[in-house]
Amino acid sequence: MNNNDIIPWFILLNPLITAVLILFVFRKNHGTAATVSTMSAFFGLVGSLCAFTLAPTHTFVRWIDMPGLQIPIGVQLDHLSQLMLLVVTGIGFLVHLYSTVYMEHDESKSRFFGHLSLFMFSMLGIVLADNFAMMFIFWELVGVSSYLLIGHWFTRDAAGKAANKAFMMNRIGDFGFMLGILMLWSTAGTVTFKGLEAATGTLTTNPMFLTAAILLVFCGAMGKSAQFPLHTWLPDAMEGPTPVSALIHAATMVAAGVFMLARIAFLIGLSPAAALIIAWIGAITSILAALMATQQDDIKRILAYSTLSQLGYMVMAIGLAPDPNGGPAMFHLFTHAFFKALLFLGAGAVIHALHHEQNIWKMGGLSKHMRVTSITFLIGTLALTGCPGLAGFFSKDAILLAAWSNKPLFFIAWSTAFLTAFYMTRLYIVAFTGKERSEAAHHGHDCPAPMTIPLVILAILAVCAGWKTESYFMSHHAEHASHIPMLLAICAFMFGTFAAMTLYKGKDKEPLSLPLFRNKFYLDEIYGAIVAGTQDVLAYIAAKIDSLISGIVRLAGMAAWGVGFLFRLLQFGNVQGYSFVFGLGVVWLIWFVVFK
Amino acid sequence: MTVLNFIVLLPILNAIAIACGAPARKSALLSAWTQLALTIVAMVGYRGGFAYGSTWAVAPEWGLNLTFGVDGLALVMLLLTAIVTVAAVWVTPKIEKRENLFYACVLLISGGAAGAFASVDMFFFYAFHELALIPTFLLIGIWGQGERQVAAWKITIYLAVGSMILLVGLAKLYLAFPEGARTFDMIEMTKARHLIPAAEQGGIYIWLLVGFGVLISLFPFHSWAAPAYAAAPTPAAMLHAGVLKKFGLYGLIRIAVPMLPEGAKVWMNLLLVLLVANILYIGLVTIAQKKLDWMLGYSSVMHMGYIFLGIAAGNAIGITGASLLMLGHGLSIAALFAMCGYLRQTSPSLAFTSLGGIAKKAPFLGYAFGMAAFASIGLPGFANFASEAMVFFGAFKAGPAATLDFSSIQIATVCGLWGVVISAVYMLRAYRQIFQGEPQANVATFKDPACSVKWSVILLLAALMVGGLWPKSMLNFIQPSVEALIGK
Repeated sequence: MNNNDIIPWFILLNPLITAVLILFVFRKNHGTAATVSTMSAFFGLVGSLCAFTLAPTHTFVRWIDMPGLQIPIGVQLDHLSQLMLLVVTGIGFLVHLYSTVYMEHDESKSRFFGHLSLFMFSMLGIVLADNFAMMFIFWELVGVSSYLLIGHWFTRDAAGKAANKAFMMNRIGDFGFMLGILMLWSTAGTVTFKGLEAATGTLTTNPMFLTAAILLVFCGAMGKSAQFPLHTWLPDAMEGPTPVSALIHAATMVAAGVFMLARIAFLIGLSPAAALIIAWIGAITSILAALMATQQDDIKRILAYSTLSQLGYMVMAIGLAPDPNGGPAMFHLFTHAFFKALLFLGAGAVIHALHHEQNIWKMGGLSKHMRVTSITFLIGTLALTGCPGLAGFFSKDAILLAAWSNKPLFFIAWSTAFLTAFYMTRLYIVAFTGKERSEAAHHGHDCPAPMTIPLVILAILAVCAGWKTESYFMSHHAEHASHIPMLLAICAFMFGTFAAMTLYKGKDKEPLSLPLFRNKFYLDEIYGAIVAGTQDVLAYIAAKIDSLISGIVRLAGMAAWGVGFLFRLLQFGNVQGYSFVFGLGVVWLIWFVVFK
Repeated sequence: MTVLNFIVLLPILNAIAIACGAPARKSALLSAWTQLALTIVAMVGYRGGFAYGSTWAVAPEWGLNLTFGVDGLALVMLLLTAIVTVAAVWVTPKIEKRENLFYACVLLISGGAAGAFASVDMFFFYAFHELALIPTFLLIGIWGQGERQVAAWKITIYLAVGSMILLVGLAKLYLAFPEGARTFDMIEMTKARHLIPAAEQGGIYIWLLVGFGVLISLFPFHSWAAPAYAAAPTPAAMLHAGVLKKFGLYGLIRIAVPMLPEGAKVWMNLLLVLLVANILYIGLVTIAQKKLDWMLGYSSVMHMGYIFLGIAAGNAIGITGASLLMLGHGLSIAALFAMCGYLRQTSPSLAFTSLGGIAKKAPFLGYAFGMAAFASIGLPGFANFASEAMVFFGAFKAGPAATLDFSSIQIATVCGLWGVVISAVYMLRAYRQIFQGEPQANVATFKDPACSVKWSVILLLAALMVGGLWPKSMLNFIQPSVEALIGK
């Protein structure tokens, strides 16, 4: 093992050691915990910057190793993981820095930072994993750290419920994920990505089987990246502290599904049917989430629905253009990570300044009181809505270009772009302009430096992350065949922004009322009814049957009690009675042996 | 005398000494720790094959001898026994009535289980298990809670009937060998397995399956488990669910799988149906539970389904996974029952609705229970995940590859995977209701447990994590033994 091989292992293990240190040693020492955790995140960033310059490496240790089943724990540093490392550690460090102030007065600050480091470890494990089984292990671990962080304020009932919901939805997705892994492994005989790539010949012998296996693996991504119909956990996950929402539920963990799909792009490329279904699921998610976002009032929830919508975009792009280097999907993941983290951290600054007010209709006029926050938030909004020249414009354009060949999908993607511009402009106008609509809004103020510095850095990245970076994600350079998609994208941005400006400028309350969107298509209610109608009823019936079985057993026992003298001796705790039966058994055995 | 003889004799002799008046808790703790130390010594010194053999002739003309000896699989089971014994003795609170008899019973369970795992002779393998059952009944009947007499009575009849069915099966197996080749030595029996006529195997296998199945709480013979664990004093629940129940599974792996491969094929589909019922149906019953102790009892029944799945797979991957899962399940259920016992002492009721917000009052308990709960629902980092994954891999491989036309065992695997979702439903819900939320009025004075409970839980969790983070530490023992058993 040379120096180059050590760097990825250092990046992976550094946050684990930090988490163990914080949770076991600095549990009572809140200040130290925050410092140690932030320092470790900084080292992770430095390590990732070093790793970015390295040649691809791959090292592993054997975790389970028996004939027929080899599961290594290995780190694979290549084009895809190098870039994802930068995103995770970069945003990770900024969020750590931001949290030192945001969580300053939290009574469980060390627990928070310990779990944050645990999350970093799990997430980096997904990024570096060289095989499906290891990815699944860390997949589950990010699920746990997400559960712990959503439920950070677990004494609040809503937080506990949201944490449970997130875990359950992911478990349902992972059911498919694990089954897909089993199917691929049983056919290819390996779980490593390289091994699977080498075994494509075997895998393509039965196209139906391969399509099913890919779609099952995709179920895992549907859970983690919150795709319809497993998306309902993500908006509820906003119960967690806002830095958590920025890091986990906007920039990194929820993008893990997209990352995983990019990892297996070579497989998706083998099955056009699977690719098309994936693209449609993504498209449906993106448009539904955008429609729901237009009618939300909670600043974090609007951003959460926006995240859902953008994740749908990325998933759609994977289905349209599976590319081992990531393609438009990873390009959008990359730019989105910066401006969405920026928007969440900006929202966090607002919530922090307004003493936990999250309703945009109780804000207003914040641009006067919170200069840095409002300017950076505006930059994030413009980047997300696809303002020409900013990061989001380029990546969104790449996706629309990929969709151009499939007109129904293009239409959905274009409508989503329009809606994105609409609801984000609505958010900005209502929250930041006009006059203050509550007492709290008057007291808005910019936050201390550790909170504003990350905003400024992210704002710079939100502007320029799309410049000249596109070729990095494309394994072969595509000519811009048509400029029409780009022109249409600019139209979508302008129409959406203009519509929201005319509708919401100077308004004190919601002028539109669309209960279907406001109530998220009633999906939570529908799911609740499904669970109550199937699982709970089945559980009730099963419990009834089970007491029946016990009853029958008891009856049989009572009958024996009445008839046989044998059982009369079997009173509780009666050693003689029991040893009599035991002795009888031995006699029986001897009889068998000797006389038969 | 080998170290193995001491591992078996030590708890039994100590039990007798305590019953005769030795200081109860101190002797029991000393005995448990020594047992653990000796087991680790035995594992460190193990060099493959059957080791630490010793034999005393009892009835040589029948091939009946008191023979001890262990392979890697048995050693791992002895390790499980020793760790759970230490934890069970350690968590025991102050016993008000007949303290000496209580500790003697606890050690006797441990000694019986260790004797069974260390036995090479089939008769004594059976007899040691019976020896361990008697103190279990006494513990439930005398020191139990709730409907202890009903529960004790139920488990007595149930397990006695199961044992008798098992005895018939073992006798039939013995007699299936031609005269002259008959022996109780399980190593010899495995070597001579080809002497058992294929046509007779099915008839023997079903007796063993039902006999062991009753002891393991295989559906539909499971209804003794939850009430017995709810009524049992904490150490008894820990030792029975954690260790003694593994006797049946161990027996299937040691006897039924290697000696009766044709019989296993005959009853394969029945076993698959029953184990899927264990996972899905019992899983649903578990969801419907409203009290912690009953829920844990049922969850323990449910998890037997996965071990059966690994055994049904019949290949080295599945059976090795099943063996590791025996360790993982034993440790995690023992930890859960230990904490459940502490909750029972300190709370008026174990109903979910009457608890709430305990994590705020008792952060250690919140963490430790969360870890044990996550371990039991198969989260990576704990032995249960590594082993469940191996069970799934092994079971899925037992069917054809590259086709959507799944064989019956593959369908059972899919059902098993859904069981992982079900177990998350009941565990997380229980955790949320007991530990999260604002502390309720009746847990206002709740505190973290004393050091003895804390450290015994930490011991169990640490062992779980060693098996989960570094499964090879255990697989190096299990895998060669399993391969030798199934003749790979």
